[in-house]
Amino acid sequence: MIRSTQDDHRIVITGVGLTAPNGDSLADYRAALLAGKSGVDRYHIRYVGDTLAGQCHFDELKYQKRKEVRRGTRAGSIGIFCANETIANSGIDWPNVDRSRVGVYVGVTEHGNVETENEINEIKAFDYDTKVWSHHHNPRTVANNPAGEITLNLGITGPHYTVGAACAAGNAGLIQGAQMLELNECDLAIAGGVSESIHTFGIFAGFASQGALAEHADPACASRPFDRDRNGIVVSEGGCLFTLERFSDASRRGAKIYGELVGHAMTSDASDFVLPNPEQQSRCMHLALQRAGLNPEDIDIVSTHATATTSGDIQECAALRRVFGNADNVMINNTKSFIGHAMGAAGSLELTGNLPSFDDRVCHHTINVDNLDPECELSGLVLGEPRTKKSVDIILNNSFGMLGINSVVIIKRV
Amino acid sequence: MTNEQIREEVLDILEVIAPDEDLSQLDDAVNFRDQLELDSMDFLDIVMELRKRHRIQIPEDDYVNLASMSSTVEFLEPLLKDVEKV
Repeated sequence: MIRSTQDDHRIVITGVGLTAPNGDSLADYRAALLAGKSGVDRYHIRYVGDTLAGQCHFDELKYQKRKEVRRGTRAGSIGIFCANETIANSGIDWPNVDRSRVGVYVGVTEHGNVETENEINEIKAFDYDTKVWSHHHNPRTVANNPAGEITLNLGITGPHYTVGAACAAGNAGLIQGAQMLELNECDLAIAGGVSESIHTFGIFAGFASQGALAEHADPACASRPFDRDRNGIVVSEGGCLFTLERFSDASRRGAKIYGELVGHAMTSDASDFVLPNPEQQSRCMHLALQRAGLNPEDIDIVSTHATATTSGDIQECAALRRVFGNADNVMINNTKSFIGHAMGAAGSLELTGNLPSFDDRVCHHTINVDNLDPECELSGLVLGEPRTKKSVDIILNNSFGMLGINSVVIIKRV
Repeated sequence: MTNEQIREEVLDILEVIAPDEDLSQLDDAVNFRDQLELDSMDFLDIVMELRKRHRIQIPEDDYVNLASMSSTVEFLEPLLKDVEKV
């Protein structure tokens, strides 16, 4: 077979490994989304007390020994589970893969808060004597920890690092992996995002102080993007890592291709620490479309970032109106209504839940919208139940974060 | 603590830091590293646990005394003889 230069620069997704609050495989996760099954549950964390969160239920010991779990971090365990699952899912002949040509690029919203809080809690019992501060603290809290634990577990000797990108991190990890393949830094990329954030009380307390932490008597109804009765974010843990390859390599080995990354963009608001900026969000979507050589009406599904904060939801809808206007082809959904906000994993998990649409042509819906906020009214919103399209060829996935970081990826059916 | 109680204490610590190991067949005379998968971070864990549980400081130069169960018990005997087993 003659390798075409073009095919060497086409980046495709050939494997998916995930853990979400409502599923630990793509099949289970997708089934939960189509069935309207929430993953949000009651949760207790020190100092904050009783609250709500999306917790994952994967078996940490499937790919790690007890000692490795004890020594590492929750983010590391999530990453290891997702990395092993994506490799298995890709069908690649892993024992014969050159591990020095594998890169690991993991998006994180934050890392180190959990481990630092744990140590402070530990030394509190010793009157804050730092002599009992763990020697494990530094390897647990270095920013590359979640990616580094994956390389240790899988014997990968190519590059690894995390991409700190607030809640745009899941998309940012995917984009980084694709770019490193294009730069020939690796031949196989494990890329996406993870989050252990439900294990830091600080994130709950911070959102609560901001008036942005969700409360609801029924946990399944707590995450309500676009709904007038929303009252904030449900924090979740999770992870989703893709196997990325050049199209030429994937097609040569006859791999199942979940989709091709045909466009991506990242931009900054440069306007506020927390408030989103619809002008920059829409610019980010336009830039990704332009790079993909697509028009807004070419998009079949938009997976929104909306987190169920009033400002964030309304601003994203304003940005979507700017880009898509009255384009009647596009269907718009939101995955956080099911799983809460998986922070660093949100972008990759939310994209992944939509990938099966290429095959089944079904756009999963948004749950918990009982009273649509008029300011979130969009003609393509899929609410209440899934909707079927004649065909689904292109998905656009939004992920935005604090400090004004915007990311958009566009995936095309191959 | 008696030497037997010190041994139980060390075993208890090993169960925490090496949860995958079968400690029932541990040979007290043989170095831990020759029969268990322990690295330098694990030995620091032993030191840290003794510090937390009994407030004893073990200087780095004395870490060599923690090589086997026998040498560990022998080393800890004077440090823990007046300490009650919890």
